[in-house]
Amino acid sequence: MSALHDETTVVAAERVSAIEGRLTRIGRSMATAMIPVIGAFVIGGLLLAVLGRNPFSFYGNVIHHGLIGSLGRQETLIRMAPLLLIAAGLMIAFPAGIWNLGTDGQYVMGGVIVADLGPELAPHFSGFVLFTTLFVVGFAVAAIWSLIPAILKAWYGINEIISTLMLTFIGLRFSAFLVKEYFYDRETTVPQTRVLAVADRLPRMFSSRVHIGLVVGFVAVIAVHFMMRNTAFGLRLRIVGMNPKAAIHAGMNMKALTLAIFTLSAGFAGLAAAVNIAGVDGVVRAEWNPAVGLLVVPLVFLARFHAASVIAFIAAFAVFQVGGESASRKADIPNFMVLFMVGLLLVFMALGEYMQLRSSRKH
Amino acid sequence: MVLANELTPSVELIGITKTYPGVVANSDIHLTLRPGEVHSLLGENGAGKSTLIGILSGMVQPDAGEIRIKGETVRINSPRDALERGIGTVYQHSLLVPTLTVLDNLLLGVDQGWKLGRDAAKARLQEVSTLLDVEIDPSSVVGDLALGQRQQVEIVRALWRGEGVLILDEPTSMLTPQGAEKLVQVVRRLVSNGLAVVFITHKLNEALDLGDRVTVLRRGKIVGEVTPAELQNRSRAQITDEVLKMIFGEKSDASYAAFASQVSETADETFRVDHLSVEGSGPHPVLDNVSFTLKRGEILGIAGIDGNGQKELAEVLAGQRHADSGEIILDDQSIQNLSIAARQAKGIRYVTDDRHGEGTVGPLSIALNIVLKRVGEVPFWRWSLVRHSSIREFARKLIHDHDVRAPHEEVAISTLSGGNMQKVILARELALEPRVVVYNKPTYGLDARTTSLVLASIADQAKAGVTTVFISTELSEIVSICHRVAVMYRGKLSEPIMVRSGIELKLGALMTGSTTL
Repeated sequence: MSALHDETTVVAAERVSAIEGRLTRIGRSMATAMIPVIGAFVIGGLLLAVLGRNPFSFYGNVIHHGLIGSLGRQETLIRMAPLLLIAAGLMIAFPAGIWNLGTDGQYVMGGVIVADLGPELAPHFSGFVLFTTLFVVGFAVAAIWSLIPAILKAWYGINEIISTLMLTFIGLRFSAFLVKEYFYDRETTVPQTRVLAVADRLPRMFSSRVHIGLVVGFVAVIAVHFMMRNTAFGLRLRIVGMNPKAAIHAGMNMKALTLAIFTLSAGFAGLAAAVNIAGVDGVVRAEWNPAVGLLVVPLVFLARFHAASVIAFIAAFAVFQVGGESASRKADIPNFMVLFMVGLLLVFMALGEYMQLRSSRKH
Repeated sequence: MVLANELTPSVELIGITKTYPGVVANSDIHLTLRPGEVHSLLGENGAGKSTLIGILSGMVQPDAGEIRIKGETVRINSPRDALERGIGTVYQHSLLVPTLTVLDNLLLGVDQGWKLGRDAAKARLQEVSTLLDVEIDPSSVVGDLALGQRQQVEIVRALWRGEGVLILDEPTSMLTPQGAEKLVQVVRRLVSNGLAVVFITHKLNEALDLGDRVTVLRRGKIVGEVTPAELQNRSRAQITDEVLKMIFGEKSDASYAAFASQVSETADETFRVDHLSVEGSGPHPVLDNVSFTLKRGEILGIAGIDGNGQKELAEVLAGQRHADSGEIILDDQSIQNLSIAARQAKGIRYVTDDRHGEGTVGPLSIALNIVLKRVGEVPFWRWSLVRHSSIREFARKLIHDHDVRAPHEEVAISTLSGGNMQKVILARELALEPRVVVYNKPTYGLDARTTSLVLASIADQAKAGVTTVFISTELSEIVSICHRVAVMYRGKLSEPIMVRSGIELKLGALMTGSTTL
């Protein structure tokens, strides 16, 4: 009896130390996140000072309009939804060793079909059915689009870095063609799809503009995190990523796995577009290219595919994007400043990673 | 001898200690490398040989102790540092870039500023390969070479700068018998030119044949030394006995029992390979009309010098490689069109010789590597969800049964020594109720004791009715456990013959192509 008791205590102690270890890791990754932020702010501040602007008031505006102000905060949360979904897709592809750099094209392809279908279906279906259909369609269209690089990779070994990037260009042109040729709204002068009525868009939460797409995004990131770490499928993907030869040797079906990785990863990008169109935009114009996918790539890497860190990085990124737009307007500098700052942030993050790697090697 | 001892030592290690979590890899090592002397380092897997080489070659920094080169205390910060101090190493595992050509790989190690001195490098390659008496095409891609040929390039690279110390880590394990002989000549020439050569091995006879001095390591410590005077003046048998005791402690059980038992005349023919062929890009087909039939519980040895199609045959049998023609039949059913996984489900196992490359996933734990071929299966996964407790329990049992030396089952498998990694792979394959097992050099890089354990377990499995294809370059192993043996040469398999005493000469002639199949 007492032996059993001891064992329980040992197990409990192990569990506590595991949780402690996890907290330390999260704390450490937060610390690694903060140092580059400070670095980027200092260099960006110097540039602002050279331009004759007050860096402190600029940053104050960023925080104010991106995080503290109610409108800005809502905008930040709205922007996070598609970013989180794209990140969820990349959290599948990258650990599996597949460089899906075509999320921008997958996003636009899913989005353009959803934008055309939404106003078509809205009169006939109620909220839940409508949104589920649009989400499934967005996911499926992007997934099918990604079969091109997937098949090229699985059957012919063609490098997906090139093919996915190139297909983004084709996807952008192709969606513009679809809008101009087939999907355009005959009542407007600019080539764009019909508008999904505001009343038919995703339900909003907390009497704000923030729609439930944010919840979808959180759920997706957490679900993917869980899947990669706790399911047989997730382990197969990680084995493919760590050592493809061992995956073959172990008898895994590489072609099926490769198709699954591409379609799931792209599907989330398509879902991101569906969420954003059903939630915010309601319409797609020809030549539409939000180009958000590639910005998520470094964030997912720096977060090491960990859900908590991915959410934190994306939140910080969204705050800066939203707040930066207002702050740039106020300081009368081009909006490029935001991209410049984001670039600096990424450079410093990468630098931070490198330093951490070096110090851990020394110890 | 007196003269040699009076020269300044090339390298002295004084009190070297290196600890890894849970393991003391090197403990208070004192070692002196003298110019003009071949110094054999002997020891089991995990005895600390690899760590010691790592320290000498700048890959590993010791926790304590001093390194002196030609009497001067130094720190060896990196492999490049070691090379510049005249210490060149040929590692057991290839460090060559497989996608580059031989010449480009050799140029990687030479700092010549912007311009690559291709012509000079070619000339030097010619020089060194003449010295080794091997033929190396500078323009062939390293990844296309057989492992044995790759190692020749490694040796060339280590000799590239004419070093003061040459470290050879298990150098003969990949070479042809003639190649090994040539290596001995080269080593002799090098020491007569004043180099110090460190020769790491766990083959006792090689250590004694080639070494002027032998040092024995066990569990991170130096447990004994045989001096040149002793080597010259005492009988071989005496020395062998003593050294075996040093290596293994009290019990020395390096000799194999006669494992082979007779296969019953009436046993069914379970496994048949019919006219398998695989086209190749070279002058010979990779597999040329390979056929054999095995009875239940029979062990067929496939002898041959590395790179004659043995690996490809194993891969075709496992389903990892497509055969252009021919058939594989298990229990009267063709398995030719089955996937790797389907063949595994039918009881076909392949114990690969490429432990790092395909046998294991380095960053994953030992436990997950043990269930690598059962991902998603009950009881380790249920409803597709991982059940760590069940995996760990299974892993702990196999680790215990196969005497794997590891702190626990959750450490990354890449932290294990080669021998322990091989034990994990064997544990994994033999735990799956095998019917036909294909072994590709299962004892490569293992010490004598582990080798005999592995051979014993292969023989035991065969007695229990497992049909076995045993690919090896070690004739002594094949003769000790196989019922029949065939030789592969340039993709062709000779007619299997019964194993009997004195067969080695004939096999050796077949292996080297000096008699035709």
